[in-house]
Amino acid sequence: MQSLDSTFSALADPTRRGILARLALGEATVTELAEPFEMTQPAISQHLKVLEDAGLIIRRIDGTRRPRRLARAGIEAMDQWLAMLRKALDKNYDRLDEVLSAMQPPAKQPRKGETR
Amino acid sequence: MSKLTLTTEGDTHVIVTRRFAAPPEALYRAHTDPKLIQKWLLGPEGWTMPVCINEAKPGGKFRYEWTNGKGAGFHITGEILEFEPFSRIVHVERMYLPDPTPDNHIETRFDPDGTGTLMTMRMTLPDAQTRAAMLSTGMERGMEASYVRLEGMIQE
Repeated sequence: MQSLDSTFSALADPTRRGILARLALGEATVTELAEPFEMTQPAISQHLKVLEDAGLIIRRIDGTRRPRRLARAGIEAMDQWLAMLRKALDKNYDRLDEVLSAMQPPAKQPRKGETR
Repeated sequence: MSKLTLTTEGDTHVIVTRRFAAPPEALYRAHTDPKLIQKWLLGPEGWTMPVCINEAKPGGKFRYEWTNGKGAGFHITGEILEFEPFSRIVHVERMYLPDPTPDNHIETRFDPDGTGTLMTMRMTLPDAQTRAAMLSTGMERGMEASYVRLEGMIQE
């Protein structure tokens, strides 16, 4: 069981989150993982090592290939980000509250919105 | 006070609920009228939605484009499958990053709740990994600013 600490520092980097998101779609090799990022393979390998050390991804041996996939902990870690997604949604819906109160015909619900 | 809930269900669902003071009809309009959608469906501070097309009818298509005004942007497209004014919308959507993500099937309900509304969005992704990717992408564009704060909270 990895500490939340190492999980979160592993996830603190946008490239590593991108790698996890890519692996969430299925197993991939280092070459495939490096492709969407403008980075060298050694740089990607370094990120992969951080993710592996945090227990978020698993390496498989397939001949000369070393494809990576998401570990169970990786999927769970991403679930923890729900809490953060929630914050962005909150912001949207707070804005929606304002849109809705502007839509209310004043005669229909007089002053009601002001009590909140 | 927190009115929003965000949970996963099974391997492929994400459920969002939120209570509103406004009646279902108003919620329904705010989810179908492009002029209203553009005012709130924006994500983090600083993002705008310059393109908002929504053919609000069964079989209708929609397209939303967002930009942060600094060169970053993305868009989603979708189709409306079912429409029950003012209580229910079912649609599919996918995000272009730039390749399209697998379809997210979303049922949105607006149920009366006292004088207000309980909104329930039930998202269905093709599989657990796609769901994880969808959630992480949402984070990617929305959570940057609150990351440090959350990390602090979790360590306490």
